[in-house]
Amino acid sequence: MSDVAAFFHMGGYAAYVWPSMLISLVVLLANVFISRAQYKRVLRQTAQRARAKAESSTTGAKNQNVKS
Amino acid sequence: MFKWIHRFGSAPFVYRLAGLLGPWVGWLCLIVMLVGLYLGLIVAPADYEQGESYRIIYVHVPAAILSMFVYVVMAVSSAVFLIWRMKLADVVAQASAPIGASFTFLALVTGSLWGKPMWGTWWIWDGRLTSELLLLFLYFGYMALRAAIEHPQSAARAAAVLAVVGVVNIPIIHYSVEWWSTLHQPATITKIGKPSIHPSMAVPLLLMIFGFQLLYLYIVLLRTRIGILQREARTSWVANLPEIESSGANRV
Repeated sequence: MSDVAAFFHMGGYAAYVWPSMLISLVVLLANVFISRAQYKRVLRQTAQRARAKAESSTTGAKNQNVKS
Repeated sequence: MFKWIHRFGSAPFVYRLAGLLGPWVGWLCLIVMLVGLYLGLIVAPADYEQGESYRIIYVHVPAAILSMFVYVVMAVSSAVFLIWRMKLADVVAQASAPIGASFTFLALVTGSLWGKPMWGTWWIWDGRLTSELLLLFLYFGYMALRAAIEHPQSAARAAAVLAVVGVVNIPIIHYSVEWWSTLHQPATITKIGKPSIHPSMAVPLLLMIFGFQLLYLYIVLLRTRIGILQREARTSWVANLPEIESSGANRV
């Protein structure tokens, strides 16, 4: 058996070792991408709110200090 | 020192610091994990008892250690939040919960995948496995509690109390293999004085543990920034952030 084949064979435990590695990869990457996506989403929402607030204050709204 | 941290002005500081550290931690994490996996999966020899199956240790043990480590961070931050009313501590605790839950889930799944070939069973209700499952439910309970209570302040306080009380489970997990000796093997590297693992296997394991810690740090920094943005959304320093201004311009 070639080295590469032996590596993927894992001494007969391929069915346990590789799923472990795969699920770990999926969970770790999910952590990274979900958090990054959430950060971008919150950034966008906050920006929209800040813009709306800036517009309302430039148009002379008197309740700019009231928390909505 | 706590007074300094307590100041409202520390939120921008922490937000910027987390943003600065993020990329460095992320790249270091990637390098450490790649080296750890290379040494663990390719260079390290097979185990004399368990053959190649033991290589699951390189993801199982880091996930399990971190599942407890993250919980301790969460419990300590919650205690700091309860005692000193420090809002940022609550942000960190909230940011940690989903990461800890995912690590706990990972420890349980990889443990199951390791248990099947070695013990002949996917699951057994022994001390270690049961207390680790309880840890998963503690994380879920923490997140559910926060989501269920509408008033943010009450939600934060109730969840913090749960986190602090639940920390009693951590020593139970750790000592479970000694108190109730069943299928799960006792500690390998944390045995003080006489580690029973060869350096060729210990080095990649320690690298993987460090890599998982860096990943936790990377994610918790990112999620702390999210938490700060959400809590401080109406402040002028947030409105004046360059990323907020550019994000607003790109959108609407």
